[in-house]
Amino acid sequence: MTRTDDAGGGAGWLALFLALALVVLAFAVALATAIGDYRIGLGTVFLAVTNGLGLTGAEIPPIEASIVWDLRLSRALVAALAGAGLALCGAILQALLRNALAEPFVLGVSAGASTGAVCVIVLGIGAGGLSLSMGAFAGAFAAFALVALLSNGATSGPNHTILAGVAASQLFNALTSYIVTTSGNAQQARDVMFWLLGSFGGVRWPDVSLLVLVVAASLGICLWMARSLDAFTFGDEDAAALGVPVARIRLILFGVTAMLTATIVSMVGAIGFVGLVVPHAAHYVVGPMHMRLLPACAAVGAVFMVLADIVSRVIVAQQTVPIGVVTALVGVPFFALILYRSRPQT
Amino acid sequence: MSVVASNLVWGVRRKTILSDVSLSVAQGETLGLIGPNGSGKSSLLRLLAGLKRPQSGRALINGQDIATVPRRKLAQQVAFVQQNAATDTNVSVRDVLRLGRTPHRSALSGWSAADEAAVTGALAAVGMSGHSAQAWQTLSGGERQRVHIARALAQAPRVMFLDEPTNHLDIQHQIEILRLVRDLDLTSIVALHDLNLAAMFCDRILVLHAGRVVACGSPGEVLTEDLLRQVFRVEAEVSLSADPARPHIRFRAG
Ligand SMILES: Nc1ncnc2c1ncn2[C@@H]1O[C@H](COP(=O)(O)OP(=O)(O)OP(=O)(O)O)[C@@H](O)[C@H]1O
Ligand SMILES: [Mg+2]
Repeated sequence: MTRTDDAGGGAGWLALFLALALVVLAFAVALATAIGDYRIGLGTVFLAVTNGLGLTGAEIPPIEASIVWDLRLSRALVAALAGAGLALCGAILQALLRNALAEPFVLGVSAGASTGAVCVIVLGIGAGGLSLSMGAFAGAFAAFALVALLSNGATSGPNHTILAGVAASQLFNALTSYIVTTSGNAQQARDVMFWLLGSFGGVRWPDVSLLVLVVAASLGICLWMARSLDAFTFGDEDAAALGVPVARIRLILFGVTAMLTATIVSMVGAIGFVGLVVPHAAHYVVGPMHMRLLPACAAVGAVFMVLADIVSRVIVAQQTVPIGVVTALVGVPFFALILYRSRPQT
Repeated sequence: MSVVASNLVWGVRRKTILSDVSLSVAQGETLGLIGPNGSGKSSLLRLLAGLKRPQSGRALINGQDIATVPRRKLAQQVAFVQQNAATDTNVSVRDVLRLGRTPHRSALSGWSAADEAAVTGALAAVGMSGHSAQAWQTLSGGERQRVHIARALAQAPRVMFLDEPTNHLDIQHQIEILRLVRDLDLTSIVALHDLNLAAMFCDRILVLHAGRVVACGSPGEVLTEDLLRQVFRVEAEVSLSADPARPHIRFRAG
């Protein structure tokens, strides 16, 4: 294990780690931009990006420039940001609820978002792409509100909150199935299914800007509160005894998680597993203290999702496998390995 | 720093758990808190540490009502050692001690030399220096307890509340920890079940029974055969021969 026990996540360590992560991420994004049904050389990718940023004016085929800049780069960046955001949400919820299974989806958020989206797709409430996102967003928040209500604002204890989340998931999943089976036709059911498993198709630059804003703000707030999250190790009361304003921290961080998940799910659908598996992987590498864990989660989540997106596009020729299928297929063996390696030594 | 409580009342729903508890502990004094299971010792310590709000009455630390002091300010002065601390997170002993520095560090500050000194000193004080890198989960019950006491020491408090700090410790460490607490220049309230240890190390003893204060005074004044019979329902022989201020209790098998 490469874990030094000194600065406790001081600024120097963080800077080094983030620099390294950015390099790996840049490489992954470059790969994601080059690879596809239409293969583009890394050199052209580089020039297309610098052209797009207005730094160079190199001569490259317009079709390639357009594929790189308009389609693949924005897609790769949204994948990276969604991965970072979902992993961050998982880490925050696991710390606040002190439960290794906590993640946005266990708390019913994806189920709520799906119900919202299905209302738009099937019942035709509103019209157009924007309102589908808004439906998902509203559904995600409705689920969070229900969980908060059932668990007295998460003050009735972590297990209570998780149970409330499971109940909310069941309720919203049932609603989704009910709506689809009673009023959906086959095509609509397929659309819904596809959406539920997540897809980066159709994301564009405005999505990137919105996500950059939301993910960066969330990461900033969470890092600001990283020390307080550490203090939850031995429970809420112990955190209070260490001087943490427990109720305020919990309110803010649950709010951030709700906002972040709702934004991501409304944009790219319900991508499972990342919020669960990435924090555990990051924990295994950098340890439990959040000043290191949170940036590590964001970085690992981003890289993981970009790679998963590449796999989803190349594994079947001429076809894109839903991203949620890939995250689970790639994630589970990886997760099994971590579980195996970190089992208690007896 | 002094600790004063006046007419504290606390309960849940219709059940009153503490009624009209008043106490006063002077700077540097060690107060022993004794009483049968469920008499309200842990509850009282929580109220005094500001972890629960009393229904009525006030708790003052250094003359200031703790309800008006911000959490972090309070934690810079007051440390609380829980009766049973537990976690599922895989943390090392050093990680746990680091938590003790939480109230003294700002959101993004690095790890200072003072933090390091506090942590190293606290580990040494409880004789756990050799376990610094060990996983907390793998510690024995008594070792966990010593680590938590060390964490409270690393917090560099002026006031310390300890809830049965000795219940998993071997006799050597029971005596060492209580001696440490007594000799440190801080005001402390210690809930204890071992009455002889309370008599040996506390300046004064407060007896709780069903949420009420039934006696408070020096060990010699409080620990009488009558009180032990009434509050704890045991027959005992209290001997003052060795030191009249520090009685020794010998329980009878009945
Ligand atoms: N949140 C709560 N809800 C209901 N009852 C409670 C609550 N907290 C404490 N009690 C009750 O209040 C009484 C006092 O509890 P407390 O933990 O203060 O006792 P104690 O003196 O510390 O006991 P012990 O020696 O066993 O540690 C007990 O009867 C307990 O059941
Ligand atoms: Mg108790």
